[in-house]
Amino acid sequence: MQLRTVLHRRFRGERGLEFVYVATSAAILGLDALAHSIVAAFDVPEGLDATEWLQAHPDRQAAETTLHDLIDLGVIRPVGEPQAPRAQLPPMPFPIATLVLNVTNKCNLTCTYCYEYGADRLTSGTGSAGTGKARMSDDTARQSIDFLMRNSGDRPQVSITFFGGETLLNFPAIVAATEYAEERARVHRKRVHYSLTTNATLLTDEVVDFLTKHRFGITVSIDGDQKDHDRHRTFRDGTGSFETIAKRIRHLVATNKQRKGRSIGARVTLTAGAAPVADTYRFLTQELGFDEVGFAPVTAGLGRSYALGEAGYERLLREFGELAEDYVAAAKAGEAHGFANLGDLLRELHQGVNKAHPCGAGLGLLGVSTEGELGLCHRFVESKSHAVGHVTTGVDEAFRSSFLTKAHIDQKTDCTQCFARPLCAGGCYHEAHVRYGDATRANLHYCEWIRGFVDLGLATYGRILTSNPKYFARFESS
Amino acid sequence: MNDPEATTAGERQTRIFPCNQKAQQLAALVLAQRGGARALTQDPPPTQYPYGCTTIFAPGWEVDSSNGTHGLCQPIERDLYDCYHTCYWPAQVPDGVTNAPNWTKSCGAPMQDWKSIDLVFP
Repeated sequence: MQLRTVLHRRFRGERGLEFVYVATSAAILGLDALAHSIVAAFDVPEGLDATEWLQAHPDRQAAETTLHDLIDLGVIRPVGEPQAPRAQLPPMPFPIATLVLNVTNKCNLTCTYCYEYGADRLTSGTGSAGTGKARMSDDTARQSIDFLMRNSGDRPQVSITFFGGETLLNFPAIVAATEYAEERARVHRKRVHYSLTTNATLLTDEVVDFLTKHRFGITVSIDGDQKDHDRHRTFRDGTGSFETIAKRIRHLVATNKQRKGRSIGARVTLTAGAAPVADTYRFLTQELGFDEVGFAPVTAGLGRSYALGEAGYERLLREFGELAEDYVAAAKAGEAHGFANLGDLLRELHQGVNKAHPCGAGLGLLGVSTEGELGLCHRFVESKSHAVGHVTTGVDEAFRSSFLTKAHIDQKTDCTQCFARPLCAGGCYHEAHVRYGDATRANLHYCEWIRGFVDLGLATYGRILTSNPKYFARFESS
Repeated sequence: MNDPEATTAGERQTRIFPCNQKAQQLAALVLAQRGGARALTQDPPPTQYPYGCTTIFAPGWEVDSSNGTHGLCQPIERDLYDCYHTCYWPAQVPDGVTNAPNWTKSCGAPMQDWKSIDLVFP
């Protein structure tokens, strides 16, 4: 019988230890020299005749046993083996876990790269005059909570994320939603986790007190030190927002630490010409006190000057590699490190996440517009072509199912031969929509970036595993 | 992979190490499938269950859930086919899948004609 390896990626840990990431199952296996040589030998497109190959092997018995193990573990399989049919959708209606409330469309900043205001916005209308109401009413906020409680099935915990515009421009709606959610959670016997993204300009003492009291997970959009930050993140009159936010962030961090709140994250939008990632990381953690920093390349249509070009992505990968060195050093010492992108990737690698869809949008997560319309996620609210219903009338299950079926990884033929598919699954719907006008398409423009980043994750995983395997216990799901 | 049941080949060298959680689940599944007879309470539990009663023993019911006998199958013939299909016949019944597909053929209504059910000699 002709046998060959399934889709996989081999990588090396420290002291020359070999590993394989099996892309069909997302399993990571360590291999000794014999096992590794077998995986390498059978990595040929036409496959090998196992009987012949074994006969020629100097240590036939050991090779046969190991080959058998590799077959059973799904690393080596018969050429042309039919794939077991798999479900295109989980049982529907899938219970909602997270609701993202766009409490306002307005913003007090005019960041040049913003998809809400810039040339890449989805909604019609210009500037902050979108198609919907500028602010979500307290009633709509409360109706959203009712919707979440009704549609979250028997999940013991649900999450509410507040988003904008600048989220804190509608602080009253946040207060109304949070207080109502506390009340309803008691009735429904659920725990509620709150989070919010803000540009930090409006983090007054009153706001900080409320957010830390309710243990909000807080993410601040900030692009680095003053020079980097003020390049794009400006007020309407063109002045930078750094000076305003720096002191507010320090106050937030101090109060949160005092109250033993959740970790506070910085979200950095990476544009062409930004400072090295490791410098930005150190500045944000050491100077401003952030617990975590996540970096996201800017979402941009073709030809935008701030977009990261091919060279920009290469540079970024190199810089991520530099910061990964700090991560490895911390992990070897058994300490946490706040490089959120890498931490998230290592968590998914350790759990063996194998995604049918790139993210939870439309599945366990929905966005709510200021007027209560449901969208696939916060980025799609008010996009009429992706409307998923309304908080008062419920989910448009027909649209939801048809979208998710179309967006399933098995429909993305471009991804068939990619080892990163269990983690990427074609990438962000919104990114694909901006780039190709079709949210269900695979984001081919950043494949190399994703593969490079997953390679970095695998290498990091191997290095930590060979020096401090206990480190990964923190990522284990029960 | 370390196979605790591979005793015939002596001590087997570990050549493949399941590292992440998914690999550990997979390895446990493979070992469970390789094992021969396994008790339902064994850890890890069997992943494939036998069909037909001839491969497992059930002790039968001495008393019902209220420690009496009224809830038991009375007459036991009433539940003959039910027990047969769900593998809870107090004694073993023939394997109706491969070895004795016709053993119930002459017994359409077990309440009346259970005596006519075929004898099966293994």
